[in-house]
Formats: sequence, structure tokens, C-alpha cells
Amino acid sequence: MESEQAIEISEVRNMLEIKQLTVAVEDKEILHDVNMAIKKGETHALFGPNGSGKTTLLMAIMGFPRYQVTRGNIIFKGEDITKLPLDERARLGIGMSFQRPPVVRGVKTRDIVAACLKGRGNEEIIGQLAEKANLADFLNREINYRFSGGEIKRSEMMQLLAQKPELSLLDEPESGVDLTNIALMGELINKLLEKDCPIRTRKCTGLIITHTGHILNYVNARTGYVMFDGRIACEGDPHEILATIKEKGYRECARCTK
Amino acid sequence: MHKVKSSKTHRDRAKAALTKAAAFGEDIDLSSYVSSAEEQPYQDDPSGLPAKAKEQMLGVGVILDDVSQRSGTFIQTDNTPVHSSIRQEGIEVMSTRQALEKYDWLSDYWWNAVPVDTDKYTANVELSQHNGYFIRALPGYKTIYPVQACLYLKRARLAQNVHNIIIAEEDSELHIITGCTTASSEEAGLHLGVSEFYIKRGAKITFTMIHSWNPEVAVRPRSAAIVEENGLLLSNYVIMKPVRSLQMYPSARCVGENAVVRYNSILVAAPRSSLDVGSRAILDAKGAKTEIISRAITTGGNIIARGYIEGNAPEVKGHLECRGLILQREGMIHAVPELKGNLAGVDLSHEAAVGKIAEEEIEYLMARGLTRTEATATIVRGFLRVDIEGLPPMLRAELQRAVVASEKEIM
Repeated sequence: MESEQAIEISEVRNMLEIKQLTVAVEDKEILHDVNMAIKKGETHALFGPNGSGKTTLLMAIMGFPRYQVTRGNIIFKGEDITKLPLDERARLGIGMSFQRPPVVRGVKTRDIVAACLKGRGNEEIIGQLAEKANLADFLNREINYRFSGGEIKRSEMMQLLAQKPELSLLDEPESGVDLTNIALMGELINKLLEKDCPIRTRKCTGLIITHTGHILNYVNARTGYVMFDGRIACEGDPHEILATIKEKGYRECARCTK
Repeated sequence: MHKVKSSKTHRDRAKAALTKAAAFGEDIDLSSYVSSAEEQPYQDDPSGLPAKAKEQMLGVGVILDDVSQRSGTFIQTDNTPVHSSIRQEGIEVMSTRQALEKYDWLSDYWWNAVPVDTDKYTANVELSQHNGYFIRALPGYKTIYPVQACLYLKRARLAQNVHNIIIAEEDSELHIITGCTTASSEEAGLHLGVSEFYIKRGAKITFTMIHSWNPEVAVRPRSAAIVEENGLLLSNYVIMKPVRSLQMYPSARCVGENAVVRYNSILVAAPRSSLDVGSRAILDAKGAKTEIISRAITTGGNIIARGYIEGNAPEVKGHLECRGLILQREGMIHAVPELKGNLAGVDLSHEAAVGKIAEEEIEYLMARGLTRTEATATIVRGFLRVDIEGLPPMLRAELQRAVVASEKEIM
């Protein structure tokens, strides 16, 4: 009885729950026993050195087949989606911005934005989104073809703004973005995550991988995690964590048992 | 038919080449086809053609019920020109037989770009001539709407031998859409089409050819172009329906400074279809440029996609792009891009890629909520969409329509 009640509460409050998640890529275990819970409307930040498993976690949540969940569960809005295919998760309300998305020759940026809008859009809406992301000249270009680092990030955000996922998984949104554009990235992310809405009514939830933490100067995050060797080594205030990382480095941060 | 003038030397050279195998492609046994078909009635009004034929022609971009969007029309059924008309001043459209009678000078163009003894097919066209179209833009005249031409194969087992001449006089502009198709969806047939293009100084031709055959038809087009100073040839070719055997390797020679040639090919090979299609550009004059793009998709058939650029003059530039998608387990694509530079100062490049659709690309679109099928269709549609610079919007729309019409079959 008690446990049922608990589930009910979690359905309401948690947008995402990761329970004892173990993920392997090509039979090599990358993530070990990861636990995480993100309440509706919150934004969490994920820190960690290169190769620690941050992207693997996002890919596993999104449901990419190469990322095999060998143990544990992914719960989205109270529903266990561990075995759900990638596209169904997307349609359920999970979206992801990629660090290095593929070039899809012949497919125009406009086509993808239109696909993200799922028929909700028209030329005008697509144009406005592109304007917002400072990509008006890119709509007729092949997606990601000869895009700069910053253009890729903005294009990913533009697609997510069209897709309007309830849970956004953002993989290093600031990497490769120059100083003049990082504020714009922050603006786009805040728009995506409905930061102008009070948290009580806010639906949009975010999990952001950040290597440098720069983006946190523009986007508020409630909780931070440090991933190290495929495990969540630390959880706490993102600014405190960032300060510790900057001062002592990841290894030291991971050793801390707080 | 025998009124078509051809000089003794052409006939002699053709006779000597009657057994000469083509450089590429399966050798077609010409004796298994018939060379004559009954005369077809001439139609003053092209909308008077049989409904079924009109519908088939529409499928290859030839509109007969309302020709207001066309500046001229030529229709040939089997061996008979059944309609020719013009709607714009400065444009000439007629059968090659009529043109040879009208213009003495046409002999200068006859077998000038395409050698008559190229192979047994060109030889056969010379010795068993069945008309074809003559399309010409007079100096300085520019067509707004395209001229349309259709070569329609009706009689079973017919070898349709046509010889086409297209001339854009100085500073003229000519847009042509030509569709070739067959009445039957199963009868064997052979289409041998010689096309010679002459693009004079400052002239422009856009030529969009859509083929729609059946799984028993063999096709051997033989075309070549000569492009003079500041001239432009933009040639687009689309084949998306099954064919037994198609082999062609159109060639353009830029003889004048700054001449430009662009070839775009969209090739789809169904199971049992065999396509060997290339484009060749010879850059003989300073500043000449070419771009050759081909997109090949096999759903089970075989495609050889060739390309050849030769640079023989300073400051010439050429790029060859050949991409192939193998959509099913069966099927073969063989890309053969070739570049030849004969002096310093040429700038020639190519890129070729053959494979299946990258899983990463499909998953990227699936992460945006598209199903696997939708993602694949989006990628295939994008693959086949070649943005053709310089093509009038109307022809672009026609081309897009042909691609979309075949999309279901591909998927």
C-alpha cells in the first residue's frame, strides 16, 4: 500500500528517474549502477571528464540501440521506458541535442525543423525559429553540412524548440560556441526549458552535460552531478561542485564521499 | 523515310560500323527487333491523342491537354512524327526529316557531335532512320516556357531509331523537356536515340530528360554536345522506373572560352534493371567549367555510374560527384569517376560514395520523433533532390514531381 502511494507521488513529481542503470556499448560496460531523479520543471547539470560516460547516459535515456541497458530502469513521467524504441521515446516527449550530429546530405535544415514540428508548423513558424536561433540563412542548407561548431549547437536548439520535448537532454551545448553566441545559446536553452515560467507550473525539464560549466552562467540548474568512470560520484549544488572541480580537479572531486 | 538525306560517306562509315560493339553495356542483338511500324495519324491538336498515351506522356513531363505552358511540342509515336507545333516566335520545332529538307546547312550538323561510326547503334540509326526532332532557337531568342518532346514506343519489339538535332543559336535560350516512354508495360522494345546539341556563343540550353520504360525495354541513347564561348548546357536525366538494359554516356565538348556544362543524373534501378550511365565533359578552352552530379539508388538492380572530365586548357575547372545508395540486400552500384588533366592549371576533382543509408542518420531523425520508415523516406527524398542551379522553377517542379511520383516504389 505504502509503496503504491510512493509510486503515485513519483509519477507526479519526477519527470525522469534513473534506477540502478547499467549500460554497455558493444558488450563493454560503460555505466555502472547510475541513479538519478529529476523533478518536473527542474534543470540538472552533469559534469565529468571526457570518457566518463556522460554522453552514454544521455544516449541511453534517449534510447539509441547501440547503448544496451543491461540492468536497471529508466522511468519517464512514471512510465518505464527502458525497452521503448528511440522514436517512441521522442514522441513521448524526450528530446536531445547532439554534440556531433551527422550530416544528412540532401536533407535540408528546413525539412528537419518541419519534421520536429510534426505538422504543427508552417513556413512562418519555421522562419521565426530560425530567426531566433540566428540561422535564417541556414534553412535551405543541408543539415549540419559545413556548419561551424556554434552553428551546429544553435541548429540543435532550433530543432528542440520546434520539437518542444518535456525532457531535454543537452550534450555540451556550449562547446565550440564563441563568447558572442554563448549568451544566445543560454537564451535558447532558457526558452526551451521555460525558465520564464514559475517552477510550479513549468513542465520542461532539462539535463545538461557541461564540461566547462560556462553555460551555468546563463542557465540556472538546481542539482549537479559528477560522473567519473561511469558512476555518479557526487551530487549536490552545481555551483559548489563546479568550484570544487575547478580547484581540485575531477579525480579529487570523485574521491570525495559527500 | 528514305528521303532523309545522308551523304555517301556517312552511309559507308555506318555500314562499316554495323557490327561494332559499344564500349560499354550489354551487346544488344539488333536482329531480334523489327524496324518498321505502321504509320500513325497526324494530330493537329495534340490533345486528340489517345487518353492512355497522353497519361503516359504526362508521367514523363509532356503535357498535351494544355500546352499553354510550353513554347513548342513534338510527339513521335514509333516511327511517325504525330504532332509538331510552336507557340513562340524564334523557336523552330519539326521532325529531322522536315528540317533536312528545309535547311541545306543542316548537313554540317549531321553526325558532327556524335560520330556516325561510334558503334553499331549509331550505325543502325544512320542506316535505318526513323526521324526524331529538330529544335532550334534563333539568335537572341529566349524561351520562357520549355519546348516539350516525346518519343513514344508503341509497337512491340520495335527498334525505334531516332536522330535529334538541337541548336541554340548565338545568345538564345532554350529550355527543353523530353520524355521517352512506352505504351506497353511488358512488351520488349529498343530505343536508339542519337541527340546532337549545338550551343553557340552566349547561348544556353537546359535539357531535362525523363525516361519511363518497362522491364523488357533496352535503351541506347547516344548524345553529344558542342558548347561554344560563354555557352551553357545544363542537362538533367531522370530514370526511376524499371528498364531491362540502359547504357548511355553523353558527352559535351567545351570548345569556346568560359563554356559551362552541367550534368545531373538521378538513377533508380529496380530488381533486374541494369543501368550503365555516365556523363563526360571535355574542357578544350580556357576557363571552361563543368559539374557532373549523379545520384544512384538501387532497390535490387545494377548501376554503373560513370563520370569523366578531361581538362585540355588552362584555367578549366571540373567537379564530379557520384553518390549511390543501396537500399536492399540485393543490388550493385559501381561508381567510376575519372579525371584527366593534360596540362598544368587545370582544377579537377571528384567525390564518390556508395553504401547504405548510415544508421546514424536514420537514428538522428528518429530522435526527432520520425519513425524508421519516415526517417528513411526523408533521407531518400533528400538524396534524390538535386538542387539544379539555372533550371527554371517550372522544370524544377516537374523534376521534383517525377521524383515524388516514384518515391513509393523505391520505399
